[in-house]
Amino acid sequence: MEATDFFSISFILSFLISSLRVSVPLIFASQAGLLSERSGIVQIGLEGFMLIGAFSAASFAHYYQSSYVGFGMAFLMGSFFSFLFSLFVIKFKADQIVIGTAFNLLIAGLIPFISKFLFNSTGSTPSLPIEIRLSVIPILLAFLAVILIHLWLYHFRSGYWVQFAGEHPETLLSAGVSVDKVRYICLALCGGVAALGGASLSLFLSSNYSPLMTGGRGFIALSAVILGKWKPIPTLLACLLFGILDALQIRLQGVIIGDFKIPVQWIQILPYLLTIIILAGLFGKSKAPAFLGKK
Amino acid sequence: MNPSNLFLKKTSHISSSFLYFLRTSSGFFIGLFFALLLTLIVGENPVHIFLIIMKSAFGSAYDLGLTLFYTTSLIFTGLSVAIAFRGGLFNIGAEGQLTMSALGMVGFAYLFPEIPRPFSYVAIFLVGSLCGAVWAFIPGYLKAFRDSHEVIVTMMLNFVAAGISSYVIVNVIPNQQSQNPESFIISDSFRTNHFDFINTLFPDSPANLFLLLAIFTAIMLYLFFEKTLLGYELKVSGENPLAAERAGIPVKKMMIIAMVLSGLFASGSGMNEVMGFSGQFKMGFSPEFGFIGIAVALMSNNNPLGIMVSAFLMGALHKGASDLDFETETITRDFSKILQAMIIFGVGFQYYLNKKFFRGENGSH
Repeated sequence: MEATDFFSISFILSFLISSLRVSVPLIFASQAGLLSERSGIVQIGLEGFMLIGAFSAASFAHYYQSSYVGFGMAFLMGSFFSFLFSLFVIKFKADQIVIGTAFNLLIAGLIPFISKFLFNSTGSTPSLPIEIRLSVIPILLAFLAVILIHLWLYHFRSGYWVQFAGEHPETLLSAGVSVDKVRYICLALCGGVAALGGASLSLFLSSNYSPLMTGGRGFIALSAVILGKWKPIPTLLACLLFGILDALQIRLQGVIIGDFKIPVQWIQILPYLLTIIILAGLFGKSKAPAFLGKK
Repeated sequence: MNPSNLFLKKTSHISSSFLYFLRTSSGFFIGLFFALLLTLIVGENPVHIFLIIMKSAFGSAYDLGLTLFYTTSLIFTGLSVAIAFRGGLFNIGAEGQLTMSALGMVGFAYLFPEIPRPFSYVAIFLVGSLCGAVWAFIPGYLKAFRDSHEVIVTMMLNFVAAGISSYVIVNVIPNQQSQNPESFIISDSFRTNHFDFINTLFPDSPANLFLLLAIFTAIMLYLFFEKTLLGYELKVSGENPLAAERAGIPVKKMMIIAMVLSGLFASGSGMNEVMGFSGQFKMGFSPEFGFIGIAVALMSNNNPLGIMVSAFLMGALHKGASDLDFETETITRDFSKILQAMIIFGVGFQYYLNKKFFRGENGSH
């Protein structure tokens, strides 16, 4: 590809559309992470939830030949597994980061284990025919999720409970609301919504599940939460920014400008570098919920 | 909560050695039990699976050599996680630190291939240590002076390290003779294999001298905590930063020291691979030693001597699971991840049980 091709209208349009498409898994996952973190639970298990979603969506969609069933089951499976997660961090009061790490490990091991049993392959699930794949609906769902979470957090009493669970749990307690219950619900939603992000990877951006297909998106989603200062709309914008970087990285593979071949790895590490810079407070402070990770 | 609170060292009043055993290792066995139980679902016999793992881990001198090679790397990453914990920090960046260390060593050997022995060893050792230490200094500094959460920063730095190393290995110093993503092989003057007396005990296996360095480091760290003022100050500022501050201990400095030492120890894993075994940087040479190190540190309650035992157990399970691919029809080497995860869950449950039945005593040494 020549460098001049980058400035045609059709190129820019298709570039924007592909940026939007690759943002979808990030939008779901980061809103999920936001729910968990706003309720006071550090969430580094997003990668695992996404993988569950991607795998169960592809499996159920293949079995029932329906993407809708795939998406629905991804949500249920994600919620189910996040119950396991919340059991450890809320009931057993185990360290949230330790359990999050273990959780990602467990899922990375469990999927090939189940996949070998179901499909006799540790790799990919069978491909879905093109006619049952979704084209626009996941994008709409992702934006709907952002709007719903925004409305819930800032305009409903139960949404305020979530904020208090993360900022002043003792106030919530004295108002007679169970902090643990609020967190259980937030975590169940978190698992489900993050799994939708995974589902849109396997059913929307591709046609099957392939091993470890999330490729660190769970962590990029967490970066988006930090960049978005733990607020739904700014987090959405951060996801769109990362989507543009991702699409750019795909477009720039093999592009040569002058004698210089742009290495994709440089673009791949940008979101992570940006997160570190933000955390270092160089562009104004990104403030976490006061009670995040404390018990 | 502050992670170190979970692992407070308390004087245990051991009523019987059986109870002590339960308090310290029930988590490991609970995790192992449930992981093996999972194999029932796919129609395997858990006892059979356990025997395959044992045979694969200890069956021959070669098998034991591989187990010890993993053990070496896991002692280093376990110590890395443990010293950060003791200093009140959670280092989940050992993976990135060992990556940068290995990359630094290979890069140094590429730039200065002519350095004569024995200076070559000193130089590459220092470069490897420095790279790991710098990669850990960044989150330590940011935590101490910018109040940036070390978990997120180390996590992000893992990805940055992976990106940089993949660029350098594939684009700058690749192995021309191979299709695999791996670096060129460094000159013999940087490698320890031609005088490696540990390796001769386990022919053809990757076990090497660095096992001794790992054991030595663990013992030194134990003495550091128990016998030195700095070690004591580091523990105190990790357990109770406010009290430490009041007692005149420079808490911020302690954070940075803990992280730098943490990165230094993680470097050992890189050396074990590059200097001790392969002489090159193979992409994916670490099966996430940095993360398994978290399990290793947890299992031993961050006690450096205990880490040698738990690293050996985890190393054996990791090696053992690698043969499941061809020994069974339904289970693959990925089972190793399930084992590791279940053991971490088990240890988490153990802490809960201890809190409930032994009033929070986690039976450290």
